[in-house]
Amino acid sequence: MIAYSVRRLLGAIPTLLVLVSLSFFMMRAVPGGPFDKERQLPPEVEANLRAAYHLDEPVYQQLGRYLLGLAQLDFGPSFQYRDYSVTELVMTGFPVSLRLGGSAMLVALVVGVAAGCFAAFRQNSAADHAVMGAAMVGVSIPSFVVAPLLILAFAVHWHWLPAGGLGGGSIANMVLPVVALALPQIAYVSRLTRGSMIEVLRSNFVRTARAQGLSPTQIVLRHALKPALLPVVSYLGPAAAGVITGSVVVEQIFGVPGLGRFFVNGALNRDYTLVMGVVVFYGALIILFNLLVDLAYAWLDPKVKLQ
Amino acid sequence: MPARAQLKASAIAIVAAAVTAAAVTGCDANGGTPVRIGGATGRVLAAHQVLHLGNGTEIQTLDPHRNEDVSGSNVLRDVYEGLVNEAPSGDPEPGAAESWTVSEDGKTYVFALRRSARWSNGDPVSADDFVYGFRRAADPKTLSAYTFILSPIENADEIGAGRLPPDRIGVRALDDYTLEIRLANATPYFLGLLAHSTTYPVHRASVEKYGIKFTRPGNLIGNGAFRLDEWVVQSHIKLVRNPYYWDDPHTVLQEVYFYPTENVPAELQRYRANDLDYTYDISTAQLPWIKREIPDELYVAPYLGSYYYGFNTTKPPFKDNPKLRRALSLAVDRKVIVEQILGAGQPPAYGWVPPVHHYEPQQMVEASWTQEQREAEAKRLYAEAGYSAENPLQTELMFNTHEDHRRIAVTIAAMWKRVLGFEVTISNQEWKVFIDTRTQKVATQVFRGSWIGDYDDAFTFAELLRSTSGQNDPGYDNPEYDRLLDAAQAELDLERRAELLEQAERVMLADMPILPLYFYVSKHMIKPWVQGRQSNIMDHDLHKRFYVLEH
Repeated sequence: MIAYSVRRLLGAIPTLLVLVSLSFFMMRAVPGGPFDKERQLPPEVEANLRAAYHLDEPVYQQLGRYLLGLAQLDFGPSFQYRDYSVTELVMTGFPVSLRLGGSAMLVALVVGVAAGCFAAFRQNSAADHAVMGAAMVGVSIPSFVVAPLLILAFAVHWHWLPAGGLGGGSIANMVLPVVALALPQIAYVSRLTRGSMIEVLRSNFVRTARAQGLSPTQIVLRHALKPALLPVVSYLGPAAAGVITGSVVVEQIFGVPGLGRFFVNGALNRDYTLVMGVVVFYGALIILFNLLVDLAYAWLDPKVKLQ
Repeated sequence: MPARAQLKASAIAIVAAAVTAAAVTGCDANGGTPVRIGGATGRVLAAHQVLHLGNGTEIQTLDPHRNEDVSGSNVLRDVYEGLVNEAPSGDPEPGAAESWTVSEDGKTYVFALRRSARWSNGDPVSADDFVYGFRRAADPKTLSAYTFILSPIENADEIGAGRLPPDRIGVRALDDYTLEIRLANATPYFLGLLAHSTTYPVHRASVEKYGIKFTRPGNLIGNGAFRLDEWVVQSHIKLVRNPYYWDDPHTVLQEVYFYPTENVPAELQRYRANDLDYTYDISTAQLPWIKREIPDELYVAPYLGSYYYGFNTTKPPFKDNPKLRRALSLAVDRKVIVEQILGAGQPPAYGWVPPVHHYEPQQMVEASWTQEQREAEAKRLYAEAGYSAENPLQTELMFNTHEDHRRIAVTIAAMWKRVLGFEVTISNQEWKVFIDTRTQKVATQVFRGSWIGDYDDAFTFAELLRSTSGQNDPGYDNPEYDRLLDAAQAELDLERRAELLEQAERVMLADMPILPLYFYVSKHMIKPWVQGRQSNIMDHDLHKRFYVLEH
C-alpha cells in the first residue's frame, strides 16, 4: 500500500506541472492586468512595478521562475495584498476553510448516511418520501439563498448566533456557515446512500443474514453499510476537496476568511500569483483526496486490488 | 485576564471615558445637539468603547505610501497622521503640525510640528521623520501609485521619473520640529493634499528593520490616534488606542474593528444582527426596505463623485459631432434615473464637477429648461446631425457588469428609443476587461464612467479631460480647454483661478464629450448609539472623534 501511495504521489507531479502551466498561461491570456486601475499609473511606476513582479521578462522565463519557487514551496508575492506572500495567505485561509469544510463534511457524512439508511429501510413509505423530498430540496436550493435565510432567522430575528465573521474562532460563529455548507452535501450523501443501500439490501448475502435471524441494525452495521458506502466514498473525495478549499458564496456571505474568497477576489483583481497559489493547492488536495478514496475503496471492497 | 482584574480595568475605562467625553462634549451624528453625559438627555457612554465598521473590500496594504484604496485610507487615517487633518468642513486643520506659514509667492510652506507628537512606541515625531516619509513616497522604488499627490513639490516629478535621487525633493528639516516644503508652482489646494496617506510619515527604524513586513501587527509603528493590534486578512483589522498620541486625552474609543464586507447585502444582515455598527455601503435594491423599516439609521450625504457616460470622440459617429452628443445628452431625463432607479437622493448632474470648495458649479445651458424643451431640442440636434427614422444612429453602450449600471443603461436606451427613435446595443464587461477596453478607445462608442475626486478641488475633475490625461477615455481634445487649465494652474489668485476652471468647464460642456448623469452620495447605516461622526464631502472621518452610547 505504501509503495502504491508513493507511486501515485510521484505520478501526480506531471499532472500538477500541466495544471500549473495551463493556468499560468490562461491567467495571463485574460484581458486586463493586475495594475489596470481606474486611475492609470505613471509610466515609470508601472515599469518599476512590472519589473518588481518580473512581468517584464519573457513568459517562459516567468513560468520557469515560478516553478523554481514552487519547488521550494514559495508561491511568490501577492499582487493585490502587497504586505503578504501568497504562501502566507494560503496558510491563513486554509486552516479556516479546513475547519469549516471539515466540520461540514463530517456533519454531512453522519447525517446524510443516517438519513439515507433510514429511507432505504422504509423504501417507498411516507418516511422515505419525506426524507428524499427534503434531500431534493436541499440539492436544488443554492447556498446563496439558504445562507441569508439562516442569518435572517438565527442572527437577525432571534439573535441566537452571530451573522458572520470569525469571532476569534468561537463555535457560535461556525454554526451557521457549517450548516449552510453541509446542507447540500447532506442531501447528496443521503440520496447516494439510499440508492446503494437499497441495492445492497437486495443482494444474496443480506438475504442470508436475514435468514440467519439477524436484526435489521445488525445487518446494516455489520454487513450492508460497508459495501453500501462505496459510491458515497467516491463522491466524498472530490466533494471534500471542494468544500475544504472553500465555498466562495458561503465565505462571502458570512465574511469568513477562507481560501475560496482569495480565489475569486484574486481572479477579479488579476492577482496572478494568488490565483495560481490557490489552484496549485486545490490541485494537490484533489490528487491527495482521490488517493485516499482509492485506499478507502480497497479497505471497503475486498475485490479491489491496489496495483 | 482574571475576572476581578478585568472588572477593575473596565471600571477604570468607564471613568476615564466619561471624563474625556464630558471634556469634549461631542455632537451627535449629524452635528446636532450636544450630548450631556448622564445629564438631562439621559444618554450615557457605553462601558466598552468599541466600534465595528464595515469597510468594503479587503485593504491592499497598510503602507501609507503604497495604498490606493478607499478602504485602506480609512484605516490609515487612524493609524497615521499627516501634517494636517481634514476638518468636517473639508478645510485643513492642524494634524501633526501645530501651525504653518506660507510665503507670499505661495511656493514655500513652513510647518511647526507638535512637540508632544509621539510614535506609538513613544519615540518623538520629528521633522526628519517627515523628510524620510516624503523621500520614500517620491522614490520610484517604493512603487507608489499616488506620486501625483507629491507632484506640486519641487523635483518630485523628476524623482518619480528616476532622473533625480529622492533626497533632492523640496522637503527639509530646518530643525527637529520645523519642516520646510518648497513647491515648483504655487498650488492653492496643496494643504488639502497633506491629509493624503502618500504624505504621511513612516517610522524609519521599523521600515528599515522589517522591510515589507513593517506593516504587520507588532511591527507597525504609527503616529495616529490608534495602533494596529490585529490584522487577519479577509477577516478583520483591530485597532486599539495609541496612548502616546498627542490628543489621546480627548480620544474616547478604545478599539476600532474594520471588517471587509465586499458583499453589500450580507453587510446589511450583519448590521441588523448588531455585529456591525456602521456599514460601508448600501445596495440600491435594499434601499426601499431600509427607508420603510429603519429610516432613522440611514445616513446619506453629498459625495465627491460624478457618474457619466463618455462618448468616444476619436471615432465616428461621435468624432467631430457635438450636435449628436448633445442630442443624446438632452434626450436623457436624469430625474427618472435618480428618483426611480437610484432613490438614495443622488442629485441629477447637468455639469461635470460636483460641489467642491471655491468653485461655482457649472451646468449645461439647457439645465434650466423643462424636459419637454430638452427633448424637442434633442430631436432638432439629432436631425441636424443627419439622423432620422429612416437613417437611425447605430451605436453601442458599454458598461461594467453591475446591476445598477445595467438598470441605468436599459432605462437610457429606452429614453433614446422614445425621443430619438434609435435602438442602442447594450453590452457589459467584467471590470478589469472594461477599463482596458475603455482606455484603448478602439471598441468603445458610448461607455459608462465615473470619477471620485482625490482632493476637495475642482482640478481633480478638470484634469481628467485634458488632452494628455491618461484617464481621458472620451479622447476629448480641445486646445482651448487645455489652455484654460494651464492658466488656472499658473494662477495665484484663488478667485481668478476658480473663474478659469469654471470657464474651462463651460467650454467642455458645450462640446459635451461626456454626458453627466448624477453626482454620487455616500450612504451608510449607522446605529443610533454611534456618535461623533463628522464626515466631509470625501466621506473622510477620524475615529478619534467617535464615541459609543450605552445600548
